[in-house]
Amino acid sequence: MIKELGKYFIFLGQLFVNRESFKTHYKLVLDECISIGIGSVFIVALVSTFMGAVTTVQTAYNMVSPLIPDYVISQVVREMTILELAPTIIAIIFAGKVGSSMAGGLGTMRITEQIDALEVMGVNSVSYLVLPKIVASLLMYPLLVVVAGVCALLGGYLAGTLAGIITPNDYVFGIRSSFNEFTITFALIKAFVFAFLVSSISSYKGYNTQGGALEVGISSTQAVTNSVIAVLLADYFLAQLLLSE
Amino acid sequence: MIEVQHISKSFSDKPVLIDVSGVFEKGKPNLIIGASGTGKSVLLKCIVGLTKPDEGLVTFDRRDFTNADRNGKIEIRREIGMLFQGGALFDSKNVEENVRFPLDILAKMTKDEKLDRVNFCLKRVGLTNANKKMPSELSGGMKKRVGIARAIVNNPRYLFCDEPNSGLDPQTSIVIDDLIQDLSEDYDMTTIVVTHDMNSVMGIGERILFIYQGRKLWEGNKNDITHSNVKELDDFVFANKVMSSLRDQR
Repeated sequence: MIKELGKYFIFLGQLFVNRESFKTHYKLVLDECISIGIGSVFIVALVSTFMGAVTTVQTAYNMVSPLIPDYVISQVVREMTILELAPTIIAIIFAGKVGSSMAGGLGTMRITEQIDALEVMGVNSVSYLVLPKIVASLLMYPLLVVVAGVCALLGGYLAGTLAGIITPNDYVFGIRSSFNEFTITFALIKAFVFAFLVSSISSYKGYNTQGGALEVGISSTQAVTNSVIAVLLADYFLAQLLLSE
Repeated sequence: MIEVQHISKSFSDKPVLIDVSGVFEKGKPNLIIGASGTGKSVLLKCIVGLTKPDEGLVTFDRRDFTNADRNGKIEIRREIGMLFQGGALFDSKNVEENVRFPLDILAKMTKDEKLDRVNFCLKRVGLTNANKKMPSELSGGMKKRVGIARAIVNNPRYLFCDEPNSGLDPQTSIVIDDLIQDLSEDYDMTTIVVTHDMNSVMGIGERILFIYQGRKLWEGNKNDITHSNVKELDDFVFANKVMSSLRDQR
């Protein structure tokens, strides 16, 4: 475990050694941004819309006291979405979609000697292949979290109003009342940390694949499970660090 | 000229290469031959620096490669072209982008100059009008030829080929062998070819190293190989029925 952690940090150190030109990296980062950002926006929007809708329905179901005003439902949806559902649950989706794709792609490049070909040409393959993925994830994942937050709140609005659980005015009032801006900062800090963890762990797993097609599959699976565990641990520590009194 | 001196390499205490030495000369194909699993590819990887030998030294024109620092290694690597067993073409790039890749990374050329150079190399390997094809659209032989074009696009001083004929039909194998020989002579490159294909050995084997169970057992050329008096080499050379019948006729 400690040996593996040490190898992971050495791998991260290689990202910044003997890099190619800024122009080369700029193009690669743009390509990755399109692949990671545009490629994930549909699934993120879909999942978060339903997440918001279900949260609204379940919150309303649990509000049995007539003394609690309806707008509390959308307040709860807002807090859950911004603090936890948008950054963390979407990080798990992100690990499943983008992380496994990164690990699979790099693993395939490893077993088909494409990474060796880069090394023989004198290119630092870690920096050339992995750095753009991490930078693109750091740029795109916070944007995906923002999209997820908006979609979840919209999903909650649709589910709540269409089912007659809450009036449109109450929903909007609840969303706006007692709003603490720091929750947005907290969500974005989480987004940066999770983006780094998912992209770097998945790349590490894919880059160090050894064997054949079976091992590429194993690397992809390990990339997702390790990323998810890291995300959940980081989620707890960030909450302790930034939210505890 | 590339020189390897007393190279040894083990994986998990299992010796794969044991005290291998040899000189690979300029302007001709130098072949490393042997049965599967004898350490040929490991030797090649030690030479190009993809694997670090446990002991020994590799020099490129008397420049120490094994103990060079990172920048020293990169300097030498940028003079290397390599053809991998499966071609190792980048899946996401088309033929033209694959061949242009070393130029994009290493050369200070205009876009047009790069394109001219790419087209020249593709023509040299007999692949015109394939620029926009993706690797998945190419046959095994075409992939190898694109791999060779990419390997030579930067005018390397050293060319390495790992099993260039594996998975190819005999006619395409001959085309690839001839291409490697012509390129080595025309551009005066130091070329090392790892193979176990006897057609290649008899076709382009101007200098041959025979590896057996991690040790170099014999070196010579294609004219000497059939009467070496080394039992292990004879077993390897005459395993083929055609070669065996030739020996019987002799």
